[in-house]
Amino acid sequence: MSGTVDYSCFARGDDDRLSLYLQVEGMRCASCAWRIEQALQAHPGVEARINFSTERLRLSWPRAEGAQAANDYAHEVEALGFHVAPFDADSRMQQSRAEERFLLGCLAVAGFATLAVMLFTDPLWFLSEAQLNGPTRDLMHWATGLIAMPATLWCGRPFFRSALSALSHGRTNMDVPISLAVLLANAMSLFETIRHGRYVYFDASVMLLFFLLIGRYLDLKARGRARAAAEGLLAMLEGTATVLRDGATVALRIRDIRLGEVLLVAPGEKIAADGIVSDGQSEVDTHLVTGETLPRPVKAGDTVYAGMINTSAPLRVMVSAAADDSLLSEIVSLMEKAEQSQSPYVRFADRVAGLYAPVVHGLALATFFGWMAWGYVAHRPVTWEDALLNAMAVLIITCPCALGLAVPVAQVVAAGAMMRRGILVKDGSALERLAEADRVRFDKTGTLTLGRPELVGDMPLSAEEQPLALALARASRHPLSIALARRLETHGVIAADLGRIVEYPGKGVEARLAGRTIRLGSPAWIGCAAAGEDLACAFAVDDRPPQLLRFSDRTRPEAKASVRRLEAQGLECAILSGDRRAAVAPVAAELGLTAAVGLSPAEKVDAIHRQAAIGHRVLMVGDGLNDGPALAAGHVSIAPASASDVGQMAADLVFLGDSLAPVPTAIDAARRTMRVVRQNFVLAIGYNMLAVPLALAGMVTPLVAAIAMSTSSIIVVANALRLRRIGA
Amino acid sequence: MAIFLVLVPLAFLLGLVGLGAFMWALKDDQFDDLDRHAAEILREDGEGQ
Repeated sequence: MSGTVDYSCFARGDDDRLSLYLQVEGMRCASCAWRIEQALQAHPGVEARINFSTERLRLSWPRAEGAQAANDYAHEVEALGFHVAPFDADSRMQQSRAEERFLLGCLAVAGFATLAVMLFTDPLWFLSEAQLNGPTRDLMHWATGLIAMPATLWCGRPFFRSALSALSHGRTNMDVPISLAVLLANAMSLFETIRHGRYVYFDASVMLLFFLLIGRYLDLKARGRARAAAEGLLAMLEGTATVLRDGATVALRIRDIRLGEVLLVAPGEKIAADGIVSDGQSEVDTHLVTGETLPRPVKAGDTVYAGMINTSAPLRVMVSAAADDSLLSEIVSLMEKAEQSQSPYVRFADRVAGLYAPVVHGLALATFFGWMAWGYVAHRPVTWEDALLNAMAVLIITCPCALGLAVPVAQVVAAGAMMRRGILVKDGSALERLAEADRVRFDKTGTLTLGRPELVGDMPLSAEEQPLALALARASRHPLSIALARRLETHGVIAADLGRIVEYPGKGVEARLAGRTIRLGSPAWIGCAAAGEDLACAFAVDDRPPQLLRFSDRTRPEAKASVRRLEAQGLECAILSGDRRAAVAPVAAELGLTAAVGLSPAEKVDAIHRQAAIGHRVLMVGDGLNDGPALAAGHVSIAPASASDVGQMAADLVFLGDSLAPVPTAIDAARRTMRVVRQNFVLAIGYNMLAVPLALAGMVTPLVAAIAMSTSSIIVVANALRLRRIGA
Repeated sequence: MAIFLVLVPLAFLLGLVGLGAFMWALKDDQFDDLDRHAAEILREDGEGQ
């Protein structure tokens, strides 16, 4: 099927290189990703980076190789045993849905088979030898076998597939010992049933798969959330815009906008492409792009960027860069590069599994040969069947059932508890990475501050003026008007009916009532002294002196306490801001933080990379479009729910509400989660290891195997459930 | 004890029926979107899917 796809048409030019995004299926662990990267980078000049959680491969190669090289690279990845497809958000959604359904089906069958098998296994365990004579026992064995064998073959497919594809390419993964244990248990049990043996392990193999499938399903759920986030990024470039063509307006997809076309941007609309204002005078809200609090006045000839919001009057914008070259795409590609430049994060469970699998295989092999040798040395009648039976018991007893359950359950429980505290965990490994962070870098506007101005001090307007001011304030989309309207509304003021209100872009709004002129706008326009006041506006009724209204972008509630808590947790905090020093300094002083100011998105990324280079793990907290690359570059990142789409998408965690307190709370929660995960590993492995001597000695009966397996799983789950009280 | 010869297969069959119902629901896309239907009541009639 892949042979019919021409990948070359998906390649995109980028100076002297061509690049391509591919979706890679079938990667089970970080080492798979590493293998693919190594194989592709063996070609001179080829760069390959895999994002494991989104299963995307970014491939770039010198233009001289030609676009046709894309097909060779894609086939090479296929030859390694992975399926590749051109990146396509929609088909990926379908696929992850199909995968979820497949796992759910397997889980249901495994659950049913576990119950059904128990029906017949109980008497085998608890009836005495006299009550359970030969033919009855055989009947029970056949009954369990006839349920268990088809069920395990059917619902073990996720493990068999992954193990097979790993083995056929000379690799091994966690699914190999699992598949081996299940298949061997079935085969040996069938053999024992036929020769009227005493012990069968059908129940163990079914139960093992049931527990493992629960863990795998939870894991898929957690990874699905991360994937959905990455897909949204491309959707930013979808959407439509209104374009003037041959005197008529047409709605176009943003990526179809051409250079030199004229965009019509209504007040309140987002500007779809970078360009130069050709007609109109207005103010644009740039906080998503540059992180500035106040809107910037624009007139004909000024440059505007995609993502800015037009606030007061209609604008015509001559497009100067197509969607693919716009500032937004640049930030998006900067973000992707930052994401890809991170070394693939190897999860704790995978690291443990890498050590665990060889030990288990070695033990099982040693048991087999040990028994054979002992029979030979001690002249005991040890048949190869007995030796194999014991080796298999070792495999079953040590099977990483709890390993497959320990991490997903802890993470799902912790994420659920944090969700109730207003913290959304988007990525399965985010909690692990958060627990490791030792540096925090904050953005200022919208992160340390609320990102919206608020009236300072008491309301200077009289009760008679307030309804007039509210009516004017509502007519404008300027942040200060919005702040004033919000303040008045919360005090129960009802707007006066002013009739026609005129907005003067960059100046203010004006209305006439009973022959009087009422104005709300910039202090300069109204004629009110406001020296050095950045965030101020004035209100005037023509026959009275104007009133000055002062605003400030307040720091988030509990910002100071939160920063102190973070420092107490051993994290060093600082500010990385794109704003001017004058705007950053008061916030830095209030919170007692050092600050780097006037940074471009790329400089923020550099600042984080410098920390990473000396071994620090940086938690980036930010909200704006300009923070997107830094959020992606951080070891882990958090964004407030008020953040731009890009900020929320790039961040690993999102917190709700105004308070900054969820940041230290999230760190606490993540550290507790990792403690529980580690405890779970010790409990699970330790518990199973207790039974290993029994297995080595050939004394593990099916009852012991079943108890060991279910008890370790129950302990692991019960321990994880303690995380429900997180942050309480 | 002979009653077991009836009851055990019966229990097994009933379980199979339950499993069959679940698999049918799974195939029928009933688990694809668990959130949408809860929000359905907030929509105007005939608005979107």
